[in-house]
Amino acid sequence: MAGPIRLAFWLLIARPIALVVLGLNVRHRERLPRQGPAIVAANHNSHLDTLVLVSLFPLAMLPRLRPVAAADYFLKNRWLAWFALHVIGILPIARETHGGRDPLKPCEEALDRGDILILFPEGSRGEPEVLGRFKRGVAVLAARRPEVPVVPVFLHGLGKALPKDDPLLVPFFCDAFVGEAMQGGEDQAAFLAGLEGRMRALADELPHPELHGIVDDR
Amino acid sequence: MFSSLTANAAAFLAGIFALLLTASLVVFILKRRSPQRDYAELAARVNSWWVMAGVFAAAMALSPTLSLIFLGLVSFLALKEYLSLIPTRRADRRVLFWAYLAIPLQFWWVATGWYGMFIIFIPVYLFLLLPLRMVVIGETAGFLHAAGSLHWGLMLTVFNLSHMAYLLVLPQATNPAGGGAGLVLFLMFLTQFNDVMQYVWGKTLGRHKIIPRVSPKKTWEGFLGGVATTTVLAWLLAPLLTPLTGWQAPVAGLIIGLAGFVGDVNISALKRDLGVKDSGSLIPGHGGILDRVDSLTFTAPLFFHFLYYLHY
Repeated sequence: MAGPIRLAFWLLIARPIALVVLGLNVRHRERLPRQGPAIVAANHNSHLDTLVLVSLFPLAMLPRLRPVAAADYFLKNRWLAWFALHVIGILPIARETHGGRDPLKPCEEALDRGDILILFPEGSRGEPEVLGRFKRGVAVLAARRPEVPVVPVFLHGLGKALPKDDPLLVPFFCDAFVGEAMQGGEDQAAFLAGLEGRMRALADELPHPELHGIVDDR
Repeated sequence: MFSSLTANAAAFLAGIFALLLTASLVVFILKRRSPQRDYAELAARVNSWWVMAGVFAAAMALSPTLSLIFLGLVSFLALKEYLSLIPTRRADRRVLFWAYLAIPLQFWWVATGWYGMFIIFIPVYLFLLLPLRMVVIGETAGFLHAAGSLHWGLMLTVFNLSHMAYLLVLPQATNPAGGGAGLVLFLMFLTQFNDVMQYVWGKTLGRHKIIPRVSPKKTWEGFLGGVATTTVLAWLLAPLLTPLTGWQAPVAGLIIGLAGFVGDVNISALKRDLGVKDSGSLIPGHGGILDRVDSLTFTAPLFFHFLYYLHY
């Protein structure tokens, strides 16, 4: 059971923001994993991304959902750390390997517990609404747990609603397109290329990509 | 100031639900008769009508304030859909935020019955204020397009639609039989009915295209048949729900029929310009919210001012 504060946050704040203030156009919802272990890999443009991805799942699955986030950013002070760990429920990982510690170890442990990891293979939030290159962490993790499905989710519009450099939330309808699950394997480069390909295919489902901010129309 | 649901308005609402029940029954029979054909879209459409009518009726029945909040939410969804559809400049995020703030204010003027402010707030004050905010930001590339398209959308989705809300706060004494809710039901029902009838007449008799470059499926037969049916129905319903008498009732129907068509093709032209089929995906079987309220954006202000000039 998720703690009452966590539950209240997701029910009373996060979901109303995701579903009413923004409003989501979800496609292929049936492709989302029904249970862990699983990895949900999405593109990253905004702090709202995590909020939207978690809101795609039923509330009952909240304790299983673990957004993977950079420890150096989210644990930098105790207030943010408390919020990130106990309300958002992040799984903090180190961005750099130091002292020989394996940064993906906590992810593997969470998957072995049956959690659903939410991660952003681009690393940090990139240029708003521009699909960046994927880092290889997700491929390494998927190769180590080849039985775990990796579900790509393409998010669009959130970088318009709450971009990296501006704390003001402006409402826009946003898209969340779920792709078909993949499985990791020996050939990590092929896996990454496949994942990026699926992401681009999902982006192509947008009714009008050139007008939807993929290209800034200024 | 506020009017609650009168007996006539309540009876009319019950009639709408009887109509929906019939529609659901028809879909059920169609499915039973020819299970090989796909009625998913039609079924989704009828189900969405149930939800829309249900939420609307619940708001109207529970409290007038709730009705205003409901209509404000419709404006919010419509403006959000519009702004999500059109190209906007990153530089204008703050301007767009102000545009959203106009919605609670506009509906506040309605709630307090401040007619003067209601009628000039968006056409005058926001028309002057939003470009000012843009100028302060200082981005001049695309300025005219940004200022023009933002105000066009605000007029359509907030100013025009809020006329529907103002019907609720018109003095009850002028329309004791129908009340404010009766006026809204009259406008809303006839507008949606006109949409459906234009479609039905077009499907059965339609041969001559009326405006092929904007909306290739629309025909003269559908247009004229719809306007005629709506005019007759307006003449029948007006005594039940409105203070309109004699010639006024069919003319109100004529206005709703004509304006409904223009409002519809207006949004069609917008979508064609942007290259999208539906304005969104909020309402299963219908598309987006703009697809549903397109006709209302034109019928609401025209019906309101026709009525207001004659009776208030």
